[in-house]
Amino acid sequence: MAEATKNKGYVDPRPPVIGPGYDFNSLTNKIADIVFMRHFQKGWLFGLAVAFLGALMLFNTIGYLVLKGVGIWGNSVPVGWAFDIINFVWWIGIGHAGTLISAVLLLLRQSWRNSINRFAEAMTLFAVACAGLFPALHTGRPWVDYWLFPYPNTMGMWPNFRSPLMWDVFAVSTYATVSALFWYIGLIPDLATMRDSAKEKWQRMIFGMLAMGWRGDARHWHRYESAYLLLAGLSTPLVLSVHSIVSFDFAVGIIPGWHTTVFPPYFVAGAIYAGFAMVLTIGIPVRKFYHLEDLITMRHIRNMSKVMLATGLIVGYGYLMELFISWYSGNTYEMFMMKNRMFGPYGYMYWLLILCNIIVPQVLWIKKYRENLKIVFLVSMFINVGMWLERFVIIVMSLNRDFLPSSWRMYKPTVFDFSMFFGTIGFFLTLMFLFIRFVPMIPIFEMKALLPQSKVEEKREEAVEGSLPGGVAPQFGD
Amino acid sequence: MPQLFPRSANTLARLSIVLGAVIAGGVLLFILNFNRTPYVTQAFIAREQPVQFSHKHHVGDDGIDCRYCHTTVEQTASAGLPATKTCMNCHSQLFANVPYLEIVRESWRSGKPIKWTRVHDLPDFAYFNHSIHVNKGVGCSTCHGRVDLMPLMWNTQSLQMEWCLSCHRNPEPILREQSDITKMDWEAPADQAVRGRELAKKYNIQSTQVLTSCSTCHR
Repeated sequence: MAEATKNKGYVDPRPPVIGPGYDFNSLTNKIADIVFMRHFQKGWLFGLAVAFLGALMLFNTIGYLVLKGVGIWGNSVPVGWAFDIINFVWWIGIGHAGTLISAVLLLLRQSWRNSINRFAEAMTLFAVACAGLFPALHTGRPWVDYWLFPYPNTMGMWPNFRSPLMWDVFAVSTYATVSALFWYIGLIPDLATMRDSAKEKWQRMIFGMLAMGWRGDARHWHRYESAYLLLAGLSTPLVLSVHSIVSFDFAVGIIPGWHTTVFPPYFVAGAIYAGFAMVLTIGIPVRKFYHLEDLITMRHIRNMSKVMLATGLIVGYGYLMELFISWYSGNTYEMFMMKNRMFGPYGYMYWLLILCNIIVPQVLWIKKYRENLKIVFLVSMFINVGMWLERFVIIVMSLNRDFLPSSWRMYKPTVFDFSMFFGTIGFFLTLMFLFIRFVPMIPIFEMKALLPQSKVEEKREEAVEGSLPGGVAPQFGD
Repeated sequence: MPQLFPRSANTLARLSIVLGAVIAGGVLLFILNFNRTPYVTQAFIAREQPVQFSHKHHVGDDGIDCRYCHTTVEQTASAGLPATKTCMNCHSQLFANVPYLEIVRESWRSGKPIKWTRVHDLPDFAYFNHSIHVNKGVGCSTCHGRVDLMPLMWNTQSLQMEWCLSCHRNPEPILREQSDITKMDWEAPADQAVRGRELAKKYNIQSTQVLTSCSTCHR
């Protein structure tokens, strides 16, 4: 926020989005040193090892799944969709915070996003990778998954374009592509900074290739800014569309508990809710471990808590509407579904969901608790669990007691359901660990734009010559 | 600091964009076409058989009707592979002692059928029925080609689903009269557009929606 320079005399009462005492050089070093560290810290190695064990568990489960087929999961008629789809929706939802932070907050000129956007975008990418695994494997014959894409095949057939599952393929693959592009383009100026501050030749070569000849030229910045804004414009509708389409997977079906018009907005809010919870879950420990308190400040934590509170209320509204409509519709099946959801054999899951997603996050109304890292972390963990439960409640509990009582059946997950789910968490964390160690996790140049030094126009040139290989980014916040 | 990369790196970088697109497109195009070649579909590749039975001789030279051997083609799903007895109808008299036909005689003596190699092998999930096709005016040569010119048997079609659908989506151009069904040299007459429509009506051929419904062929 640069109101201070624009409106002389006005003092922003909020704490700054960057700690005091930094100049361009020390800021670069602070972030780049994590990458250029000569050794691997014990904590990082231990964390990576644990996460990688989880990833190995995932790979083994996938191997066994491909050999034996989806029968190793607990899915069985009438519950044809279970952990596979729950986990898919859960992971896709988690990805949404990254896009929201990087695209929507950029367009809304929220400069506090600068320190968390790369990190959140990386999270988006990794979450989408985990999400994509599930529907791909859930087809049962993953080696013919390319049939999902429309191409002139020897079967003389197109996929069914009227099916929301088909829309899903496009939504998720577009989302993955745009997120990857957005992330990479945002990285280019920093990769150039890394290239210029690297000591070893091979490091310079690698970063140099990745930086694609970035010299910090005025023309480069001009094009960069246009490209970045265009991509932000492209990503913004994706924040809304991707999870809307995921919700169509259910809403277009006629199963009571799925066939609801409130699903798209309620799913999108839930996705952002889950995404911010995950950003906090990962951001709080990383901030502490790498001493980034000056860059990811309490103001960030507070802002994210507020976003969670707001989206959580929208999700709560969604739950209320489901309840209301099942009564207001006067439809026997809808009413039965709701009763079954609350007091049926899985009823405890519903009440657990209400506890995790609706009751616990209300502590964020209180400023004292919003500033308490332990409490914010705990609340975000509750939300992570709650959002998973929400999908369980929607998917499994609507299916296990459908129209025909003769086909009712309880769903029991198998050990492979769990090993796949926890395996993807391991896989996600593995990628996260590698990311924070080998890529500058905070955008160096965007942070520089937040420094007081960069606000002084006359001195800008000096600053560029003095310490800035990458150059000063034009400010998004002004 | 010296330059990291030589000047030519710029050209290489630009070239790599074009090359990447060309290679990716080329590979895709190759795969799409490769899957339709006889190398994959086995079309036009003659199969070895235990006895080198020649359709060219029996159909082309001798003029035996298809249904003399493939007896059930008009009534059942399978056209029917002739029993050794059918061969022996003639070969107990003709070429009765040639060593070439010893396998047939051995089969006749022992009662063990000859193990022919299947040439037109559809996947098991496709429920193909010969009788419906023959009775609705699809002639033998439409799918099997000019059998009367084949010394050894091969398929002339890819047997891929897009080939099945090419008729199921538009059957009229290949429909013929019942009297022409086994005619090997049948060719669509000049007024097939009119005739096809009439024949489709006469045979009461269902709409494209029914013909291309999933469960018509996959049950």
